[in-house]
Amino acid sequence: MINSGAIDVSLAGDLGGFALNAAFTVPALGVTALFGPSGCGKTSVLRCMAGLQRLDGRLSVDGDIWQDSDAGAFRPPHQRAVGYVFQEASLFAHLNVRSNLLFGARRSGRSGTLNRIQFEPLTRMLNITHLLDRDPAALSGGERQRVAIGRALLSNPKILLMDEPLSALDQSTKNELLPYLEALHEELAIPVVYVSHDMREVERLADTLVLMDRGQVTGSGPLAELQANPALPLLGAPDAAVTLDGTIEDIDNAYGLTLFSISGGRIIAAGHQGAPGEHRRLRIAASDVSFTRSKPVDTSILNIVPAVVISVTVHGPGPQADVVAALGEDGSGARIVGRVTRRSVDHLSLGEGAQVFAQIKGVAIASSTGSTRFSTA
Amino acid sequence: MSGMADLSAPVLLTLQLATLTTIVLLIVGTPIAWWLARSKARWKEVVAALVAMPLVLPPTVLGFYLLLLLGPGGPGGWFASLYGARTLAFTFTGLVIGSVIYSLPFVVQPIRNAFEAIGERPLEAAATLRASPMDIFWSVAVPLARPGFLTGAVLGFAHTVGEFGVILMIGGNIPGQTRVLSVAIYDFVETQQWTNAHILAAGMMLFAFSVILAVMMLEKRLTRFGHSPDRRAGA
Repeated sequence: MINSGAIDVSLAGDLGGFALNAAFTVPALGVTALFGPSGCGKTSVLRCMAGLQRLDGRLSVDGDIWQDSDAGAFRPPHQRAVGYVFQEASLFAHLNVRSNLLFGARRSGRSGTLNRIQFEPLTRMLNITHLLDRDPAALSGGERQRVAIGRALLSNPKILLMDEPLSALDQSTKNELLPYLEALHEELAIPVVYVSHDMREVERLADTLVLMDRGQVTGSGPLAELQANPALPLLGAPDAAVTLDGTIEDIDNAYGLTLFSISGGRIIAAGHQGAPGEHRRLRIAASDVSFTRSKPVDTSILNIVPAVVISVTVHGPGPQADVVAALGEDGSGARIVGRVTRRSVDHLSLGEGAQVFAQIKGVAIASSTGSTRFSTA
Repeated sequence: MSGMADLSAPVLLTLQLATLTTIVLLIVGTPIAWWLARSKARWKEVVAALVAMPLVLPPTVLGFYLLLLLGPGGPGGWFASLYGARTLAFTFTGLVIGSVIYSLPFVVQPIRNAFEAIGERPLEAAATLRASPMDIFWSVAVPLARPGFLTGAVLGFAHTVGEFGVILMIGGNIPGQTRVLSVAIYDFVETQQWTNAHILAAGMMLFAFSVILAVMMLEKRLTRFGHSPDRRAGA
């Protein structure tokens, strides 16, 4: 089975201490996050995808088989069209920035490839044009990591693998780098597999999520679906939230508000968030969502959306429950999660199928991409 | 009989020997150093110990076995017979072979250390950037190990220049062929030609000092861009 348009991973083996058994299929499109606690094996999976580490199994990326242990096939790393970004930039200390950037470009051959990323626009997008003649030692941590990302992309990869590219950086450098990653996501057609243990990064960047725990894949699918899945640990986490794709419908200049349409309803966010037609990633925290059975009339809360309860999950003996509801009167829209008390669940009889109104107190814009335009001509 | 030739011939011969030995050492020592740095074989330390043996062996012991190997009854003699000679001992070729073995650890050790200091990461990064193993070796490992190559070459050269015991055992004292500097000094002292001994000995002092100073300064210069903070962070 060769699955074009998909990344197929099926790996098993001993990782010295625990058994890794990772199998998932995700679209070869957008950003897939491999998410899990430290030491769960996610980096090993990524290294296996690049061929830097070897476990039994099979691996294909958009129709190319890179490994098939049953057939004895294993492509060494230099024959795989991957771009790899390590935790530390790992630039070549004996080469200046330009030579680092061109290291893979010179070796990837066949300059005629259709979607080949061009040097000039990429260096401009990553804001490293002024650094080209410097030595890596003369760069800041954020600059180094931007060069490393550029170097990986210029090798003309079919897939970009990123191993916690922000984790070695301090918070302010992280914040400086995140917009570049979001720009990559928006401007380049190249699929990305992104290893992270930071849910905030995942919420900002990922479209698809692969959840890992102790060497096992516990779930995979679209990010918003997994966030609202009662069987998975994301829902019970203290910072549980959902991320939704919103399209700007209208701007209320008088009050400084932006109206978004989302699957199953409309939602208002504070601030001037862009121009009509643009997409934004919206984050709604479970703690910002409450429910009523009848439509509230005199309330300060702007966002009151009809919804249908899908599930109610109680975590342990605590006072709280997580209610998953689908937006829209018929429950056909996006799912959101609300954290309420068990008492309210009983009081309002919030069971499966209950018609409710979700009151959403806060909406955050999870992505903040600027206006950098980038073409892959 | 203290003509200029008495002084210059051993010096020239020594420089010839040391240069040729250093070139051979780099060619032979680099693959050994790379293998010692990268191999996961459990017995690699056995090889490392063999390479390091000349560091602790008395030069006369090494010279004795080399004499047997190079002599008419050993493989050296067999090789010499191919072109009509009787032995490799007491020849310039024999001296080069002896010097290569004697100075091997001085070249292999620094290069091995330099290869090990590079770490896994730059090599992995190069592999993901489509560089084949051979390409990685030449375009990443060798340039990053430059300080080690410099130290190795200089130490190998200097050690060969200063060699005495091994040469005495396998080379004898044939002017223009095996009468190198250290042997010449010994000879001058034996025959009480103090002035000549002084000139050569003082020259060696100066040489040794300049070599060490040059290496230290060059290493400092090379490591400035050989060790970016990136690598210090364990990259």
